[in-house]
Amino acid sequence: MWGIIRQKVGSRCFSASILGQSLERIEQPLTVLARNFSSGGKDMNVRDALNSALDEEMSADPKVLLMGEEVGEYQGAYKISKGLLEKYGPERVLDTPITEAGFAGIGVGAAYYGLRPVVEFMTFNFSMQAIDHIINSAAKSNYMSAGQINVPIVFRGPNGAAAGVGAQHSQCYAAWFASCPGLKVLSPYSSEDARGLLKAAIRDPDPVVFLENELLYGESFPVSAEALDSSFCLPIGKAKIEREGKHVTITAFSKMVGYALQAAEILAKEGISAEVINLRSIRPLDRDTINASVRKTNRLVTLEEGFPQHGVGAEICTSVIEESFEYLDAPVERIAGADVPMPYAANLERMAVPQVDDIVRAAKRACYRAVPVAAVA
Amino acid sequence: MALKRLTSSPSFPSLPNLLFKSLSTPRSFSSASTEDEKILTIETSVPFTGHKCDPPSRTIDTTPKELMGFFHDMALMRRMEIAADSLYKAKLIRGFCHLYDGQEAVAVGMEAAITKKDSIITAYRDHCIYLGRGGTLLEAFSELMGRRAGCSKGKGGSMHFYKKESGFYGGHGIVGAQIPLGCGIAFAQKYSKDETVTFALYGDGAANQGQLFEALNIAALWDLPAILVCENNHYGMGTAEWRAAKSPSYYKRGDYVPGLKVDGMDALAVKQACKFAKEHALKNGPIILEMDTYRYHGHSMSDPGSTYRTRDEISGVRQERDPIERVRKLILAHDLATASDLKDIEKEVRKQVDEAIAQAKESPMPDPSELFTNVYVKGYGVESFGADRKEVRAVLP
Repeated sequence: MWGIIRQKVGSRCFSASILGQSLERIEQPLTVLARNFSSGGKDMNVRDALNSALDEEMSADPKVLLMGEEVGEYQGAYKISKGLLEKYGPERVLDTPITEAGFAGIGVGAAYYGLRPVVEFMTFNFSMQAIDHIINSAAKSNYMSAGQINVPIVFRGPNGAAAGVGAQHSQCYAAWFASCPGLKVLSPYSSEDARGLLKAAIRDPDPVVFLENELLYGESFPVSAEALDSSFCLPIGKAKIEREGKHVTITAFSKMVGYALQAAEILAKEGISAEVINLRSIRPLDRDTINASVRKTNRLVTLEEGFPQHGVGAEICTSVIEESFEYLDAPVERIAGADVPMPYAANLERMAVPQVDDIVRAAKRACYRAVPVAAVA
Repeated sequence: MALKRLTSSPSFPSLPNLLFKSLSTPRSFSSASTEDEKILTIETSVPFTGHKCDPPSRTIDTTPKELMGFFHDMALMRRMEIAADSLYKAKLIRGFCHLYDGQEAVAVGMEAAITKKDSIITAYRDHCIYLGRGGTLLEAFSELMGRRAGCSKGKGGSMHFYKKESGFYGGHGIVGAQIPLGCGIAFAQKYSKDETVTFALYGDGAANQGQLFEALNIAALWDLPAILVCENNHYGMGTAEWRAAKSPSYYKRGDYVPGLKVDGMDALAVKQACKFAKEHALKNGPIILEMDTYRYHGHSMSDPGSTYRTRDEISGVRQERDPIERVRKLILAHDLATASDLKDIEKEVRKQVDEAIAQAKESPMPDPSELFTNVYVKGYGVESFGADRKEVRAVLP
């Protein structure tokens, strides 16, 4: 079943070429990007990036192990763990029954003892079955035990909307997990993000929720030689400015970063220079980078795929109002998934998830708010 | 732990000076062992019942030292819990306080069968297990009162005692969660080739939790050295076992996993069962032990414990099955000590508890800065906030 969906997905979502083209267009004018890639850099898709990160970390530390449904003999439901069973054996790559509460709890217990498990949820929708262990058994233990029991575990898997999978398989869990102290929540966009953040997550002594995106698995990105090194690691809690700009800041994570970059291209043609921030880390949130950017551009559009109420954008908006109110020249704009369960019909589904047009429109609203709103008589 | 205090106590005469007269031991001790180590063979009053396994013998070897140790340790645990009751009523302990008095034999019997390299994890009725694992009275009372000297520095409370260095993994508030966690610890022990086991304790209330069966399935599939111990005190909060479980034969609920039903009020039976279970788990994977036990207090200090059971039932158990009285009778029957010796131990224990409480009361509450410590091991210098973030913020190291 999953195989069929993946084929459909390949033809329906942005193919690598569109994304690749927009990235190429960005690379030339902006030589001051933080990204450090060699001109002869190779391309790698997110799937291979995650696979190589898992492989390298398992090789470096015998305490690292992978458990989840279909991670072993099936080579991974989305082939992220391809080849790992063969390389590391069934003691370190463990196929579990379909019992999230059970195996998540077992993973946390193993972490209590000192192992470094990576627990895969086939999608984060199923993490709700195990959420008590993620929050109460993992996130809070270091605090409740005053430092005696730390939990070096990673919960990873695809998060958010896929394509046509319906309401129960499409939710984004970033806001829920990121509200919880004791957890770290990361969400990669590019292959470099995937490698660097997953390696950082596995090495981290605290519980990390690692939110991937199914539709990004097949996307290719250029990776620098530095990123290909087995010691490569990205810092947790630091966002990345994917595109510098002057007029409006757009914050995004995961697949939405790609959409924001596309929107930035369109806006550039209309004379609006958008700065796109790839959050990378939802918790800890890089408030410094976000606020510095807003203080420069004076306008903010928050972008996420998940439900709008109490979402990531709500937190970013409040943070900016608290820290940088005087710098805002326009109200903060919020683009998020529709406030409805995800419908199946293709037209409705398109309306339920942010599109590039929505981002462009919101950015323009933020920029053309030059005339103050008149008081109603 | 307990035994050192026993022999160094000034009010208690040293053991070698006591007259020994064993009624039932056919063996004479070798000249190499002291009288402390003389083997006594005791038969449990109730045999074990097995499910998919051959139960161990009900004839158990013990020593005077062990029996005296049981008496002392259980008396200490009993006194600690009763003192906690008073502290709670005096509002020095807040929130939840789940007391273990009546169930002491499970804690001491288990310790007698295992080492500190084996692991124990339990739910929220954890004070006595903590003591058995080597925790001190001062750490326990300080934690209960939310003070700095507490085992979790005052940040955990009654339900969150831990002692990782001696294999005690808490202390958990969510009913049933400790079972998959315990199976995970067992997984890690097997992965690390430590040849040790994990005892995951849970109550008759938790025995119906789905995650128990999920974890047990995985434990059986992967041959994990996990021992699930149902402390069946017959009431899940206010609900009697027959009202909560279609099948209250908890030792059989593992289905394909073997089980053993044990008289949980008999420390020696508990010891034998745990020894049997450890050997089984290391060779054959998970096993369930059902300890038939009883709690004198209600579910917690908020529960009088008498609305769903009769006072006659409670006093009946106290008279017929109290674990401390059972060991007292054994000690007296075998002339290991006199009645007044045992009373002296109880007095000494009471004194220790009172001293620990006095010391715990002196311990200050945690420094306000502790609000923000231990959120993470590695905080990356990130900011955290108090209720009014413009007033109270901290950097997490």
